Formats: sequence, structure tokens, C-alpha cells
Amino acid sequence: MRREGADPDYVWHGDADLRGADAVILPGGFAHGDYLRTGAIARFSPVMDAVAGLASAGAPVLGICNGFQILAEAHLVPGALRRNEGLRFLCTWTDLEVVDTDTIATRGLEKGQRLRIPINHYEGNYTPPEGAEPRVAFRYVDNPNGAWQNAAGVANDAGNVVGMMPHPERASESWLGSEDGRLVLASLVESCRVTTRA
Amino acid sequence: MTTDTTPLYAALGLSAEEYRRIQKVIGRDPTHTELAMFSVMWSEHCSYKSSRMYLRDLPSDAPWVVLGPGEGAGLVQVAPGVRVAFKMESHNHPSAVEPFQGAATGVGGIVRDILSLGARPIAVLDPLRFGPLSEERNRFLFDGVVRGIAAYGNSLGLPTVGGEAIFDAAYSGNPLVNAMCVGILEDEAFLRAAPRGPGDIAVLIGSKTGRDGIGGASILASQEFEAGAEAKRPSVQVGDPFTEKLLIEACLELKSEGLMTGMQDLGAAGITCALSETAAAAGLGVEGDLDSVPLREGDMEAWEICMSESQERMLACIAPDRIERAIEVCRKWGLDATVVARYVDGGRLVLRARDELVGDVPAADLADGPLYERPVIEADRSKIHALDPLELHWPAPEELLLRLLGSPSIASKRWVWRQYDHMVRLNTLVAPGADAAVLRLPESSRGEAGQPGIALATDGPGRIASLDPYAGGALAVAESARNVACVGARPLAITNCLNFGSPERPEVMADFAAAVRGIGDACRAFGVPVTGGNVSFYNESPQGAVHPTPIVGMLGVLDDAYAFRGPAARDGDVIVLLGRTRPELGGSEALAVVHDLIAGRAPAVDLGAEVALAKLLSTTGLGTTAHDLSEGGLGVALAELCSRSGVGASVTLPPDVEPIWGLFGESTARALLTCPPEDVDRVLGAAQELGVAGLAIGNMNGAHLNVEGVIRVSLDDLISAYEGAIPSLMDR
Repeated sequence: MRREGADPDYVWHGDADLRGADAVILPGGFAHGDYLRTGAIARFSPVMDAVAGLASAGAPVLGICNGFQILAEAHLVPGALRRNEGLRFLCTWTDLEVVDTDTIATRGLEKGQRLRIPINHYEGNYTPPEGAEPRVAFRYVDNPNGAWQNAAGVANDAGNVVGMMPHPERASESWLGSEDGRLVLASLVESCRVTTRA
Repeated sequence: MTTDTTPLYAALGLSAEEYRRIQKVIGRDPTHTELAMFSVMWSEHCSYKSSRMYLRDLPSDAPWVVLGPGEGAGLVQVAPGVRVAFKMESHNHPSAVEPFQGAATGVGGIVRDILSLGARPIAVLDPLRFGPLSEERNRFLFDGVVRGIAAYGNSLGLPTVGGEAIFDAAYSGNPLVNAMCVGILEDEAFLRAAPRGPGDIAVLIGSKTGRDGIGGASILASQEFEAGAEAKRPSVQVGDPFTEKLLIEACLELKSEGLMTGMQDLGAAGITCALSETAAAAGLGVEGDLDSVPLREGDMEAWEICMSESQERMLACIAPDRIERAIEVCRKWGLDATVVARYVDGGRLVLRARDELVGDVPAADLADGPLYERPVIEADRSKIHALDPLELHWPAPEELLLRLLGSPSIASKRWVWRQYDHMVRLNTLVAPGADAAVLRLPESSRGEAGQPGIALATDGPGRIASLDPYAGGALAVAESARNVACVGARPLAITNCLNFGSPERPEVMADFAAAVRGIGDACRAFGVPVTGGNVSFYNESPQGAVHPTPIVGMLGVLDDAYAFRGPAARDGDVIVLLGRTRPELGGSEALAVVHDLIAGRAPAVDLGAEVALAKLLSTTGLGTTAHDLSEGGLGVALAELCSRSGVGASVTLPPDVEPIWGLFGESTARALLTCPPEDVDRVLGAAQELGVAGLAIGNMNGAHLNVEGVIRVSLDDLISAYEGAIPSLMDR
């Protein structure tokens, strides 16, 4: 994030204050060991009230992998992440296609643009609420996990909250196999500039 | 617990002689709690009583060794300011009983070993052995073990970057699940498993103590397996990776604040082991209060608390004036931190429970255990050696190649490692599927040009060891050295896990002694020390003992991490075969796959040639990729090279070899190295200078693997055989 021009800081899950942050990233991981259900305990972390507040104010919020699962549990993005089709954990590279360019994670990207970014999850099988057609920010070229409409990342109606299963930070250096993830992170920083100005 | 015919000590796995020794050490009959403590501490698993006399002949010194055997893990200096801790351990029997939890807690245990030095765990590798996947029980074990490793390691945020999966009938009923962890000191300081002096306090951090895992070391790890192993399931611990993650962060914070004088993990033999070993290491005694231990079940007896192997616990030695702050740090991470004992002069381990004295024994005697020189009789292998595989009937090379690529031991392990997070922490420059994994270090200078790197590989040729245990030991070292050299690293140090049958059988002890001798000779030839490891005996099922399986975990170093050799060759590269190919098929994968035989003579070991080859391959800037020749020989190595590179190859066999042994024999000290055509002279010149035989045998090109006159297989067919084998067995 620093390389993309941001000034990032960590916030403890037990804190209620985001200390004036312009945007929030909920990163990947296994908050509370994913016990009970992915994100089900973490959504009750004290910091999540502040995250919800920031989201409703229209500020950029990006959830990556476990962060996406937490956003879904907190109803900040629609839908749920079920277990992968095939019922196995998957750590592998995927090719993504940008679908909706009007979100904080895809601003500045082109519709149909291909990104090579890896996934790393057991519960990434995106399922929308019944009868709903959520905004899809990215989709997989080859669906690895059974996700609805190949969705790899979805946005809320306003486009300022995005959850994505692929890990852009793992595709941020040519040594790691791809730099395409930087485009997503840069888009988030650019979105901060836009929302802060507004 | 006793019956009319079985005395308590025997039920706990102690011999009559050992019981008499305990009486002598403490000067009276032991209490139940004392007997329980001795039974775990003097078990084979904890005391190394049958193996110690051999292990001390292994070379363990080198200028870069900071900590050698005897500590929680080995510690080596890999670059100025960069110290790496690493160790391997077995969790075979728990995994045979309950594969998911057995494997998961195997990862948890070795991670705590690394943590005990104050190092941050950064990578895991898992060498695995199972019976054939044609049997449902073996598929169940394989699936459960892989899921268990994935569930625990992934959740901890640790990349699993390597290991092996090999399938052989010798492991049916007794799979091998070894786990290796690598860590890095965030500053150069490390902790020992000892208090600084009398007055220091022992603080138990992490999970509450329960009835899980009671007697794991003495019952599961130190006896053969019999039918009805499920009855031993209560001895298998249950893992809680989230608590382990908190434990890692809390302990590293305690260390960075300078709040601890020493630390030890709680693994086999739990509190007993941690208290007695830390006290003995400082030449002290320790006085403990078992009532203060936080319990899961309130009615636990003193002996149960002492023997419990509940996971996710660490023991910290802390000076009295730091206790308050230390407990605060642990609380921040949501962990229990409880004062359980105090170190004192005098050398005795004294334990109280419910205002009663339940144990009072010399800590050092408890910690040290007996030392045995078991009878040794070399097994008669003359009949097995007499078979000459060259005289057998062999299928056409092309058919044989496809059969080998589809054999689970050789086939792609992508199915395994894509269930493991192998990328997290963003250090992994070469991922699983190559000869060795490459990680860049330290994390604080991630991405800086010229930062150092390490290469990691494991190897344990059990089938070869079953024909010649000395060769098996030597080749475990040589193959893992070749593996790290193939990615451009210099072999630096090893850890090992020695998996054998019952030490009470003289043939097993003879195999063990020979394998250790082989490891020692190879290490001396490479100038590579052994910094620690683990011995796992009693790997037997009603069908007999497993192959003698010495598994080596090799740590290699790259002065510049980014100078690694990647896994792929380029279209147009010349393929150079390094090393000498002999008419050898004994112990080969081909012999096992085609004739279902493990026989003949093991391939000849030439340590001089191995050292020269590794030296050549560690040369920076030489060639595009390299690949070790091992199981399946040249034919399989060429196919793997094509598969990894996404391009075919056209090759002519050397003039002096026959197709079957030339392509599928497993002569040692060989590798493939590819390079652009303009570099061939430089590569061959460098080889010649080191006395390594080198021959350009063909080029990377086209969409077929073409071995002049004997094989022509399309890249698609080759990849589908190689990649499809394990998924078609496991996901059907």
C-alpha cells in the first residue's frame, strides 16, 4: 500500500476507532481460526462497527479472502461464501476478468481486462442472496470453486465496498509471479483520493 | 491400571530393569505420579535410549552452527545477521490412528520447537509415506493427513513449501508423517530451554491442560502397532491452530520485550518434560504446584496433569519482577499465563497437588533417561541382492515411461500442495513442484536487491535403504543436497527424522546403525553438519516393519536469493546430462512398478561425485534450470523437465547405454542442466573442471518428448499421465 502511495497502519481488532483512516482493508487470514464459520466471529469484533460506519459514509472498504468472508457475514457486501465445489482447500493461480469498472477495486481498469492473481481458500464459493443479482467486480476465467456467475469479487450497490477471494498482495511483485495485484491496490488508493475530494 | 499379571510399570511401557533403576534413583518405590513421569521421560520417544550412542557419531560442528543437537531446534547462521532455526520430527503413530488430527498436531508440535528458540516460524515441509493408493484405507489416511496439515498450517499463516509423498506396501498400516519447520530469528538473540538461575518462575502459557494425549509418547510412539489401534485414539491430541497462532505472537512479543530468560515447548510428556528438562539444563531443581495448572476437566489426577500432551502450550522461564508484564502481554493475545513452578537450587523436581507431595525426584535423572546398546545383527539380504533386474523382461520404453509417470510415487504432487498455502508471508520464490523450495530472507528486507535466500528439500529413499541401509542414509543426504543445488543453493546443514521398526529387533538396530553411518559419511563428505532431528522407532504393523526410512531435511543457502535457478527450461535450451549412468536397476521405481519387486543391489554410492556435482550446480549463473535424477531415472527426469517447462525435448541417449537401464536406472550423482546453446561450452568446461561427466544429449523444443529411436510421446499425453494420476485415485 505504501508503494501505491498510501500511508497504511494496522488497527487492533479490539479497538473501536479507525483513527481517521480514509479507507480500510480487511486482509486475508483465519480470524478466530475460522471456527464456527468463516468470518462469523470476527464480524463481532469491536472494530467492525467503525468499519460499517466508514462503509455507510461511502469510503472505500476492501475485503480480501477472509476479509471478504467477514464483510459478507457483516452484510456489508451481499451474499455468502460457501465451501469450494470439490470440498478441498485451493492455493493456486487464477486468471480474472474485470467486469464492473465502477468500484473502488476496479476504478481505472478496463472492462474485460485480464489479471493474474492467486486464490487461497476453502470457502470461496460465492452465493448471492436469493433472487438478488449483486454487482460482480471480477470474475474467474476458469471457475475454480463453483462461485455463482464465476464471481471472484463482488461489490455493494454503491460500489464502495468490495470483497474479493483472490489475493492482490500476492501478485504485487514479478518475483512472486505477477504484478497485476498492484492494479487493484492502486485503484483503491485512487478511490480514496476521489472520495476524499468529494 | 494394574492387573494381577501386569505390574503398573509394565503397563506404562517400562521394563523390570528400568523399574529397578527408578527405585535406585529415588531410593524408594515411586508414587503413581512419579512412575507416570518416568514412563514418559524414559520412553524411547523422549529419551532416545536406543539411538543416542549412534547419533553422537554424526558430525554436528561447523563455523555456521549456532546451536546443534540437544536444543529445541538447530540454529545456523545463513548470512550476516540472519539466523535460521530448523528441525524435523515424526507424528507417525498419531496419524495412523487419526490422520487429520495426527498430522495437524504434528505441524503444531514442530512449529513450537522452532518457536522455543524465540524464532518466528516461516515455513513447513512434510515428508509423507503411505501404503498403495489402491487400498481404501491408504487413501483415507493420505486424504486425512493432507487435510490435517493444510488445516493447521494454512490457519497458522505458515506456507507449506515442500516435502514428499511416496507410496509403498511397506507403509500400509504404519504411514510415516514427518514434519519439518523452519524459522528465523527476528534479531540475532535466541533463547535456550533453561532458566537463568534459581528464583526464576516457570509460567505456563496457552491452552488449558486436558486429558487428551495422555501417554502419547510412551504408548503411541514407543510401541508397535497392533490390530485395534483405534482403541488408542484417546492418546491422540486435538489441534487448535488459532491458539497456536496467538501463542506464536505472544511468545515473540515476550521475547522482543526481553521478558523471558528461557523457553520450552510442551510436546511429548507435557509439563513433566518441560519442567524437568529446563531445570536439568540449568543444573537446578524446580518446585511445582499442579493445582495452579489451568485444567479443562477439574477432576484430573496429578499423574494425568503430568502426562497430558494437550497442544498449544509453552513454558516460559521468567524473572520474578517481569511476571506481571509478561502476563499482561499474554492477556493481550487472549491467552492464559499461569505461574506453575519456581526454579530452586538442589536439582530436585518436587511437585505438589491438593496439598500433598506427589513427586520428588532428581530432575536430571528424569530428564536424561537410560542409554542402551541394543543387540545388532545384520539382516541376511543375499537372496534379495541376488536378483539381477537386467535379466527380467521389460516393456517397451515408451509404455514404461507412461506407467512410471502415472505411478503415485512419481506422479505430480500438485493435488497435495495446492491444498497447502505455499505463498503466505510472500517469501516463496520457488514454490512446490520444483527440486527445492526457495525463500528469501529476512522478512524485514523483503524485496531488497541481493537479500539472501534459503533452499529447502527433504529426501528419504526408503526402498534403497531396504536393500542397503547405509546407501539409504548416504543418499538421503546426497539427494537432498542435489535438490537444493539444482535451484542454485549451497548445502549448509541438515536435520533428520529416522523412521525404523522396533529397536528391540537386532536386524532393525543393525539397519539403524548402518543408515546413521551413511548419513554421517555423506555429511562429512559435503562438510554439512547435522543440527538436530528425531528418531521414530516401532514403526511396525502386523505385516512387519516399514522400510528403514532415514529422511533428511536439507537447508541450502543462496547468497543472493534472486539468483535462484527456476523450475523451467526455455525453448531451444540445450540439455546436458551430468554424471555417469551405470547398468543399475536394483531398487528402482521401474522394478517396483513393472515387476512389483524391491530387489537387486542398491545403486552405487559415490560421495566424491555427489559433492562435485552439488558444487557445480551451486555455481551462480550457470544454466537456466536443473533437475535431479532420482526415482524413474533419466526418462522420468526428462518428462518432468518438459512438463515443468511447457515445451518438448529431443534427446539422443548416450552411445554406451541400453534404453531400459539408460532411461530408468537410478544411478546416483546425476542431474540434468539446461542452458542456451551459446553457453554449452562454458557448462561443459565447468563440469570438466570439477571432474563431473557432462554430455549434451539434446534440446528443448517442439510438443513431444522424443528420445531418438525409443520414445515419442506428446507433451499433452505426458502431462495428463503425470498430473492425472493422483487426482484420478483421490477425487473419484
